[in-house]
Amino acid sequence: MKRIGKPLLFLVCLLPLLRLSGLAMTNGLGANPIEFITRSTGTWTLVGLLLTLSVTPLRRLTGSNGLIRYRRMLGLFAFFYACLHFTTYIWLDQFFDPASIARDIIKRPFITVGFAAFVLLLPLALTSSRGMIRRLGRRWQGLHRLIYPIALLGVLHYLWLVKKDVTQPLIYGALLLILLALRLPWGVSMLAAVGGRFRHGGR
Amino acid sequence: MSLRKSWALPESEITPLEVYRERRQFMQGMAALAAGTALGVSPVAAAATKLAGVRASAYRLNEDRTPYKDITSYNNFYEFGTGKEDPSRRAGSLITRPWTVAVAGEVRRPRTWDIDALLKLAPLEERVYRMRCVEGWSMVIPWVGFPLAELIRRAEPTGNAKYVEFITLHDPKQMPGQHSRVLDWPYVEGLRLDEAMHPLTLLAVGLYGEVLPKQNGAPLRLVVPWKYGFKSAKSIVAIRFVEKQPLTAWVRAIPGEYGFYSNVNPLVDHPRWSQAKERRIGEFRKRDTLMFNGYGDQVARLYSGMDLKRHF
Repeated sequence: MKRIGKPLLFLVCLLPLLRLSGLAMTNGLGANPIEFITRSTGTWTLVGLLLTLSVTPLRRLTGSNGLIRYRRMLGLFAFFYACLHFTTYIWLDQFFDPASIARDIIKRPFITVGFAAFVLLLPLALTSSRGMIRRLGRRWQGLHRLIYPIALLGVLHYLWLVKKDVTQPLIYGALLLILLALRLPWGVSMLAAVGGRFRHGGR
Repeated sequence: MSLRKSWALPESEITPLEVYRERRQFMQGMAALAAGTALGVSPVAAAATKLAGVRASAYRLNEDRTPYKDITSYNNFYEFGTGKEDPSRRAGSLITRPWTVAVAGEVRRPRTWDIDALLKLAPLEERVYRMRCVEGWSMVIPWVGFPLAELIRRAEPTGNAKYVEFITLHDPKQMPGQHSRVLDWPYVEGLRLDEAMHPLTLLAVGLYGEVLPKQNGAPLRLVVPWKYGFKSAKSIVAIRFVEKQPLTAWVRAIPGEYGFYSNVNPLVDHPRWSQAKERRIGEFRKRDTLMFNGYGDQVARLYSGMDLKRHF
């Protein structure tokens, strides 16, 4: 499992892209393909962020420190889909019109927060290598706590763009709040207690 | 009024309805064949019924029509769900016969019309209109219907009738999206009486020469081509003439974002997104949105002297 875990996860993370490509080739993206691609890549960015944030609570629950090995890949896939999402916007939505993009970022709050989240992701992606982790030492962890505001901005970005039915963004928001709450002291001890009972119970 | 000037095209350039339909049937047949071979199932759309006696009209655009499949599978019709594909998937539960439309309020001749009587009220004509959604996409749709003015004249509005209110069916059993409180049901829309009387304002009963599909607002819907799509109420059961400006569904839901008039206007942005451009379904690049959706020559006079930023 240890040896195939990472390649397997890599392939799983590629599935949303493979699905999109497949649909694109079979005319399956519906009447508004660009909207479909934008929504899909945005959704998978959020999913990637939430999965990355669930590694630590899961580790505390299961007591299995090995899970940490998958966190970087999940984070980088969130970044990968964020790049696709951003490219879709810059290219297929705005057609590289810098004035129009700048206006959008300043004037449209949902674009502003989405863009901010993307910019904040850049230093995290750039410092994800083993060498950078070593070089940054303690500061690395501080820097990577940026994922909390990034995820919050991502959910806000989604919430502010929908016309009326906010069910989906609220689901993502609720999951995010749970994942963040599990990092508070009571959350940590609860995970340890539940996890401990699970592991030692029945003996 | 010079209807021809800005957006009509010579009769010779128009594909006759029959030829178009044959072409479409041929392509549908091929698509069905392909889909059937690939998946072993028949394609979604059941064969629609052709409408008889539809006249061509001068209201035609020299722009490519949006394919039937896109018009009937990419819809905003929250009565069946908020996803674009929900209406085409779920509208089967709507029962369009028997159907009546109550014409009431400030009129001398109130009447509850049976839908089949309404269909014979005036000659049916085909009109190819632009449709611009407030979300920033657009289509070109060949509707079949008759001017709303025909119905209004028969109702004889009184001097108190200043506005017309359109009410959509409210029946969660037929319209499962109404189980959700996403809007206050029933859906209500409204026009000023002069807007309702305008020759462009259409009561539509068909699409591409066929009976209107349920996901597009069967059996009877409004089409107001110079306003954002949500102004064109679908599956109408009542038309009321009133003195005060109606509180419409979207204004009630988010008054800061949607106004009573909701004329297509590239200069007045939605508070959260720009309205300067639109994506025509089927096109790659966005195109500029036109003032009054390109119908300014016909309708701008309705709003002379009005501040359209305030009356958005």
